[in-house]
Amino acid sequence: MKIERYEKAFLAVGAVTLVVFLVALAYTSVAMGIHLPGRAGEVDPAAVREMPPFDDPGVRDLGGGRYEVVLLSQAWGFVPNEVRVPAGSEVTFIATSVDVLHGIHVDGTRVNMMLIPGQVSRNTYVFENPGEHLLVCHEYCGIGHHTMSGRVVVE
Amino acid sequence: MSAIVADPTGYEMDAGRRRDIRWTIYIGYFALFAGVSHGFAQALSYAGIDILRFFPFLRGYYQGLTAHGVANALFFTFAFSNGFLPLLTARALGRQLNSALLKASLWTLVAANILVIYAVTTNRASVLYTSYAPLQAHWTYYLGLVLLVVSSYIAAAHLFVLLAGWKKEKTGERIPLLAFISIATYAMWILASLGVAISFIGFLLPWSLGILERTDPLLNRTLFWFTGHAIVYVWLLPAYISWYALVPRQVGGRIISDPLTRLVFVMFLLLSVPTGFHHQYTDPGISTQMKAFHALLTFGVFYPSLATAFSVVASLEMGGRARGGGGVLGWIRTLPWGDASVVAQILAMLTFVLGGITGLINASFTVNQVVHNTAWIPGHFHMTVGSAVALTLMGVAYWLIPYLSDRKLWGPKVALAQAWIYTIGVLIFARGMISGGLEGMPRRTFLAEANYTKDSWGLAGALTGIGGTLMTIGALLFFVVILMTVWTGRKGEGPKDIPFGDTLLPASKAGWDVKLDRLGLWFLAAAVLVVIAYGPFFVSYLPARLTSPGFTLF
Repeated sequence: MKIERYEKAFLAVGAVTLVVFLVALAYTSVAMGIHLPGRAGEVDPAAVREMPPFDDPGVRDLGGGRYEVVLLSQAWGFVPNEVRVPAGSEVTFIATSVDVLHGIHVDGTRVNMMLIPGQVSRNTYVFENPGEHLLVCHEYCGIGHHTMSGRVVVE
Repeated sequence: MSAIVADPTGYEMDAGRRRDIRWTIYIGYFALFAGVSHGFAQALSYAGIDILRFFPFLRGYYQGLTAHGVANALFFTFAFSNGFLPLLTARALGRQLNSALLKASLWTLVAANILVIYAVTTNRASVLYTSYAPLQAHWTYYLGLVLLVVSSYIAAAHLFVLLAGWKKEKTGERIPLLAFISIATYAMWILASLGVAISFIGFLLPWSLGILERTDPLLNRTLFWFTGHAIVYVWLLPAYISWYALVPRQVGGRIISDPLTRLVFVMFLLLSVPTGFHHQYTDPGISTQMKAFHALLTFGVFYPSLATAFSVVASLEMGGRARGGGGVLGWIRTLPWGDASVVAQILAMLTFVLGGITGLINASFTVNQVVHNTAWIPGHFHMTVGSAVALTLMGVAYWLIPYLSDRKLWGPKVALAQAWIYTIGVLIFARGMISGGLEGMPRRTFLAEANYTKDSWGLAGALTGIGGTLMTIGALLFFVVILMTVWTGRKGEGPKDIPFGDTLLPASKAGWDVKLDRLGLWFLAAAVLVVIAYGPFFVSYLPARLTSPGFTLF
């Protein structure tokens, strides 16, 4: 197939650009430790409130500057709806939903996960600086969706 | 140089067929009107203004948001394509459309509309167009959407019937380009639609009827996005068909390369479907390796769009030069800037550059965590489906409706203003949404009534409201032009044929690119790729976890 000279050059530059982007992305997840949520276990949405760790939602100090936040989402609120951790903490969010799809986004961070009944969402983030972050449900979950929020306070 | 249709000299179509195509497309415009009306209220909500209480009906924000998505993204796009693609294919092959199939597709679409309108207007289906279980809609909603898909299958079958008839007579000849790219589009849709077909018919519909008591939220969401990314290409490719095959003629240029155009559409057939996990990067229950693989393939499906950017602009440049434009950029000035059909589509292309770039950012694996489900996302897709597609289909309408009704276009200057106003509107709107999204402003949220806000959302929301208002004005002017054309346009003065172009580099009679025509083979290859990309997930996940009862929280 004959391809015009300029078009060939354009297609080559385009291909190289995409490859460079992909390499950069691979670098962020392999070398910089930026991860997406993956498979982190399953629960029965009907019995989740009785099952550990979700039978006791809240913030747990694991020692050494590491914290675990166990979070339940339901229409239309988070339990707990306020998370307090010291600056510099490495915080692992472990969350699920007891009813419909919800989402969690901690503003100004890359803590951004879908919460799906039956599935456990898990991701870790280091809160370097003191301050307050808005925490919102970012997936439509019914008529009160826009009232489902909380906050993360870094002290 | 060669034509992209079998017989360039002319084509006859009777009044009945014209009417059936016209009404199929009118249903799309009706849906667009309904969707745009509510879009206006949503844009204003971002600016903190609630006008919903003044609405005669559809007063619920999420009820209206459901209507907006279903009407604009599903009914508008499919109604248009169900009319447009059979017309282009029949014209390209020089064959008569099958009246029975046209009518079947039209009436199925009407039935789909009635069911969905009933479910949405009575607030029995405020689940948004993504229909995520376990929010549960009334069965009429699921059945209506199934019928919408059936109407698109009938249109697809129509294309295959036309092609089979043509092949019987012209054994061994190359499929005319215009027919090939139209058929490739709906062939891809057949494969892509499997996800929602299984989800809606196998799970959601029986669940809404009480036959299944519980359902699997992650599985249904995954099946939705199996279809959900490819579906955006089903919306987009009819616009690409116009950019590749029709706009060159409208500006006096040529299609650059027949084989490269075919290759681009074959790439879309191959790569559109196995990319759905990039909508689920932040989901639990799906391994990060599978997500990474889909990220790679998503970058792959970006490539044919890059090739399109070159070809389409090169065709414009040829046109501009043929019209006397010289120098490096002088050809831009000499393009037909007074022709609303062309201008709407050029503006659609320009907006799509931003739509494409933001799309690549969304697809960028870890970066997605910054933007997922923020207002950035609707900022992005209003520059793809909301303008690249919508504006192009408006531009196409400016010759298509006059052609189908044999009437002169009413108010070409109004049409021209419409295209500009809509484009300026969408750019301001998207600027607002995108900056808001980066500041954590969520999408799909009734912000005017939310119990939280941030100072930095003020400007973003205001721009969204201003842009959305301009978009609404632009869209309303479009309906004025179409209605006035249909009612008062001068009879007998419509265009006599569709504006198909010819190619600089024609299809070859021999060589490897003849194999591009083997759509069946490419379809099979695409299916294999889907098995590779989705197989590991389904094998490790199934059987379905039927754990969630239905919730109607609206």
